[in-house]
Amino acid sequence: MTTVPTAARGPNLAAATTSPEALAAFLRGLPGVDEVGAAERAARLATRSIKTTAKAYALDLAISMVDLTTLEGADTPGKVRALSGKAVHPDPSDPSAPSVAAVCVYSDRVADAVAVVRGTGVKVASVATAFPSGRAPLAAKLADTRAAVEAGADEIDMVIDRGAFLSGDIGTVYDEITAVKEACGAAHLKVILETGELATYDNVRRASWLAMLAGADFIKTSTGKVSPAATPPVTLVMLEAVRDFFAATGRRIGVKPAGGIRTAKDAVRYLVLVNETAGPDWLTPDLFRLGASSVLNDLLMQRRKLSDGRYSGPDYFTLD
Amino acid sequence: MADNPFAYAPAPESRDIATVHSAYGLFIDGKWAEAADGGVITTVNPATEEVLAEVAAAGEADVDRAVRAARAAYDTVWGPMPGAERAKYLYRIARIIAERSRELAVLESLDNGKPIRESRDVDIPLVAQWFFYYAGWADKLPYAGFGPDPKPLGVAGQVIPWNFPLLMLAWKIAPALACGNTVVLKPAETTPLTALLFAEICAQAELPPGVVNIVTGAGDTGAALVAHDGVDKVAFTGSTEVGRQIARTLAGTRKSLTLELGGKAANVVFDDAPLDQAVEGIVNGIFFNQGQVCCAGARLLVQESVAGELLGRLRARMATLRLGDPLDKNTDVGAINSAAQLAKIRELSDAGEREGAERWSPPCDLPERGYWFPPTVFTGVSQSHRIAQEEIFGPVLSVLTFRTPDEAVTKANNTPYGLSAGVWTEKGSRILWMAERLRAGVVWANTFNKFDPASPFGGFKESGYGREGGRHGLEAYLDV
Repeated sequence: MTTVPTAARGPNLAAATTSPEALAAFLRGLPGVDEVGAAERAARLATRSIKTTAKAYALDLAISMVDLTTLEGADTPGKVRALSGKAVHPDPSDPSAPSVAAVCVYSDRVADAVAVVRGTGVKVASVATAFPSGRAPLAAKLADTRAAVEAGADEIDMVIDRGAFLSGDIGTVYDEITAVKEACGAAHLKVILETGELATYDNVRRASWLAMLAGADFIKTSTGKVSPAATPPVTLVMLEAVRDFFAATGRRIGVKPAGGIRTAKDAVRYLVLVNETAGPDWLTPDLFRLGASSVLNDLLMQRRKLSDGRYSGPDYFTLD
Repeated sequence: MADNPFAYAPAPESRDIATVHSAYGLFIDGKWAEAADGGVITTVNPATEEVLAEVAAAGEADVDRAVRAARAAYDTVWGPMPGAERAKYLYRIARIIAERSRELAVLESLDNGKPIRESRDVDIPLVAQWFFYYAGWADKLPYAGFGPDPKPLGVAGQVIPWNFPLLMLAWKIAPALACGNTVVLKPAETTPLTALLFAEICAQAELPPGVVNIVTGAGDTGAALVAHDGVDKVAFTGSTEVGRQIARTLAGTRKSLTLELGGKAANVVFDDAPLDQAVEGIVNGIFFNQGQVCCAGARLLVQESVAGELLGRLRARMATLRLGDPLDKNTDVGAINSAAQLAKIRELSDAGEREGAERWSPPCDLPERGYWFPPTVFTGVSQSHRIAQEEIFGPVLSVLTFRTPDEAVTKANNTPYGLSAGVWTEKGSRILWMAERLRAGVVWANTFNKFDPASPFGGFKESGYGREGGRHGLEAYLDV
């Protein structure tokens, strides 16, 4: 079953990117988002009750979608190696626990992660482009990106220039994304919108389309450095955007909520959002990720509770 | 959704939370009694057709006893009681409802067929809110704008429908008691159980005997109640046809009357609407409670320039609706309340097809037993079709299009009913322009089917008269 709407009046995407003015007009022409209605829809989906077999499936799927993240000034090679080890074997006492999707680090720590995860199927994602603020010259952003890719990053998580977006300078944001995309080469590009700074759901929808038109493989909510980070309604709006973009272009773009996802219950609720908004086709690490770190242990704890019938203490799960 | 590996496993709410007795009596003067003539009706679980309980069928003698009990309680206890004292009882009832909300929700879903998500998240919380709200008015009636010392009417005879059994009880009983009236209430024939549990709650709250009396039965019980000489006030929610009969019965008597009757609401979507939220509003408007809602958004009026896009989104959204066991916490669409209602929905839907409208439902397996109807949308509907004019009271949406705001208003108002309407646009001035012109008691803007005890609710034209809810709702139970 597919839940893709058949857009009878598909937007003229080719014309949208011919000039900054055309692009701005296209984005303004997107249907608005009613804030109350979007929040209500997300809250209602949060009441879905995921039990037994569905819960077991969801927990493993959520683990396999985690971008295990450390983005601190104090990150050392040792810290990154430890986290990468955990990414490959999240639960050393249970080999049936899946690996996570990727390790997410700063660009100068990429090589440390690659050394551990090479050949395991776990990807290395690097934030780039003067993360988290994005306030640097384009040349520096591109150099940052190239360095990460040369060090072996499979995925680049870039930030958009929110200042340019909010001032209406849509062309600059678009050009930066396309330039970074080019610098990525074969690496996948995740575009961080920093929805907490965009403030309105209308802006979130417009920025989502802007990023997708400019070549994003993924759209991502947040850096995790700004509050609010990912929220269910913001993720809902972005899932609607990728659904509509697919209907218009036939191309599936991924979504990554990041920041603030701490419990297994939260993670499962995001999967419900995906399932009932973009549809089950998006229920794969290729198209949905959870940017988080502490959520992994709660997912593992819930997973073991399902198999053992009781909760283990937090000391039975590794802290890396 | 069979090929989706993330298929939600059954997540049933425990049926044992609610106790269902095998037989129930009438609640008169604080005591339980069988019908004088021993008559009974049975109530079934519409999702399974299993018989839930035998319930006494009150005859004229029982109704007479109930009205006398209500009169005695009015004269001796409730009428003379200061408002602040009445408020204490109402607050106590509200708190007990909140405390026993899971039990009430399960019982409501068992007897009515509505999804537990709705009884748990909408019906029962609103019931508690209604009692809390009117409890607050009980000692403030001199400030309600009806004079310095407004008096109650006396004994209220109240007849309620089966679509929101306990909520309609709350809409009737809470303002009546707050104003100092006593009541005899007849719940619907097919959904008496939560009203009977409410009687238990009244006893638990130590409400004086006779203040609330519950007489169960079918249409003749209701007819006996509204015709009884000892009743000062009649309040009815239900079909326009029965409402007319009641109005005829009461013509020329001293009794005052409020009626909340049918509807055929228009949900008007303009081309600048927030489309995804409009789709949610359309779904909530017509599939909430299986469309068995008097104010349901049964007619979708969509601007022609966005009709194709909106309907594409609507169909995709309808395909995600989960129909099935009402007690499953993931069910969106439950059972139709009765075989008779199901037959009516089928008859009108078939008429829609015969008249040339195009019928569509998402792929959806209906359970073998019980009363079920899939979420259905008709496109290509014109004003002259029966499905555009008659109240279906089921999960059936008729889609019509318009080109200009004037045409939208004309079509929306082109119905004998006038209970509710919805407007979807990002333009605030257009919302106000529409609200001034729509002849409907409630106009929702960028939402639908929202209820609040502080907000008056009621109809224009053949949707009835009088208001329930808010300060306006007091007027129906005061001698003003």
